[in-house]
Amino acid sequence: MKALLLRDLRLAVRAGGGFGLGLAFFLIVTVLVPFAVGPDPALLSRIAPGVLWLGALLACLLSLDRLLALDHEDGTLDLLATAPLPLEGALGIKAFAHWITTGLPLVAAAPVLGLMLNLSVSGYAVLVGALLLGTPALSTIGLFGAALTVGVRRGGLLLSLLVLPLYVPTLIFGAEAARRAATGQEAATPLLMLAGLTLATLALMPFASAAVLRMGLR
Amino acid sequence: MTLRVEDLAVARGGVPILSGLSFSLRPGTALALRGPNGAGKTTLLRTLAGLQPPLAGQIHGAGEAIAYAGHADGLKAMLSVTENLTFWADVFGTSDIAPAMDAYDLHGLADRPAGTLSAGQKRRLGLARLLVTGRAIWALDEPTVSLDTQARSLFADSLSAHLQRGGSAVVATHIDVGLTLEELDIARYRAAPDLRAGASDEAFL
Repeated sequence: MKALLLRDLRLAVRAGGGFGLGLAFFLIVTVLVPFAVGPDPALLSRIAPGVLWLGALLACLLSLDRLLALDHEDGTLDLLATAPLPLEGALGIKAFAHWITTGLPLVAAAPVLGLMLNLSVSGYAVLVGALLLGTPALSTIGLFGAALTVGVRRGGLLLSLLVLPLYVPTLIFGAEAARRAATGQEAATPLLMLAGLTLATLALMPFASAAVLRMGLR
Repeated sequence: MTLRVEDLAVARGGVPILSGLSFSLRPGTALALRGPNGAGKTTLLRTLAGLQPPLAGQIHGAGEAIAYAGHADGLKAMLSVTENLTFWADVFGTSDIAPAMDAYDLHGLADRPAGTLSAGQKRRLGLARLLVTGRAIWALDEPTVSLDTQARSLFADSLSAHLQRGGSAVVATHIDVGLTLEELDIARYRAAPDLRAGASDEAFL
């Protein structure tokens, strides 16, 4: 399992690995929003938590079709499925590697980009905490979508359509937590809901993904 | 471990293509699957490897004992030859890649990214992977594609060494691999066209 994790991380940072893709997209979205909505600090401050969450979610979505498709094309998935590693474990590790290379950089970049959107001071800690809690769910749900569409050529469109509705609860609770903290309200309830969602997806999605992938490999 | 197949039927894309197939493969022997294109060689190998369930019949002794090598070699273009091989060795819980590097003469290519290798060199690396799996039964799908004469003899040597160690192999091939193998003409087991009942291998979609 460690070998698979190290391999995925190594592939992500080598040329063509798509490590910076999600991060660059996140940066572009949050930089362009102030130009689009106008330079009103009060307005920006109000929409900042939502924009940051939406940017992170879409950045994550953008990198999903590489999650399993590349391994499927070069035959690695067939060989992994016949390896002693349980497929559930292998897929869980792949989602973890995806989170480290996509989710974690987004979490780290969020406070810096929050500055550009005039996020109020009280919101930073909860925003980072909510992203830290929520992005693993984005990776594991994405894994499920990627496993469903693995046999489909250019399945990116189908993947996005399948995954988007599953992302909605995470987006709602994550953005709500950040918004409440930014306006000085108590944010524990949405954070707990978010943590519950993430734990449920972590527990279920590797098994669901392995089950659909076995069908996809036939 | 003896691989035993009883009354096996397999389907591809919901269409049954082989039925009533039985054979057994003792340690130290290799079986060459013969048959025209589309006869079901790849489907049979994938079924043996556990990548798809059989339509009917039983397979004994496969499971964790089988190492599958298909048309794609499972190589990462951005990783070097050594990194590719070490990864598969780690996944299969073996650690020594030197014998595999020796067997397919890969030492000169050790630090080259797999993406820059020629088709034949990639295939050699893909076949070297079988040696690091440490598994007893090889299921090989057209293993000699794009290999030159010299590489083909490397493959024949490696296969016969594997058989002498008590391993066994099922090889789908059109050409002579340079060894005397038992042959099985799977065209004789073509499924009857009316065998459609329950043929769909799609659970949903």
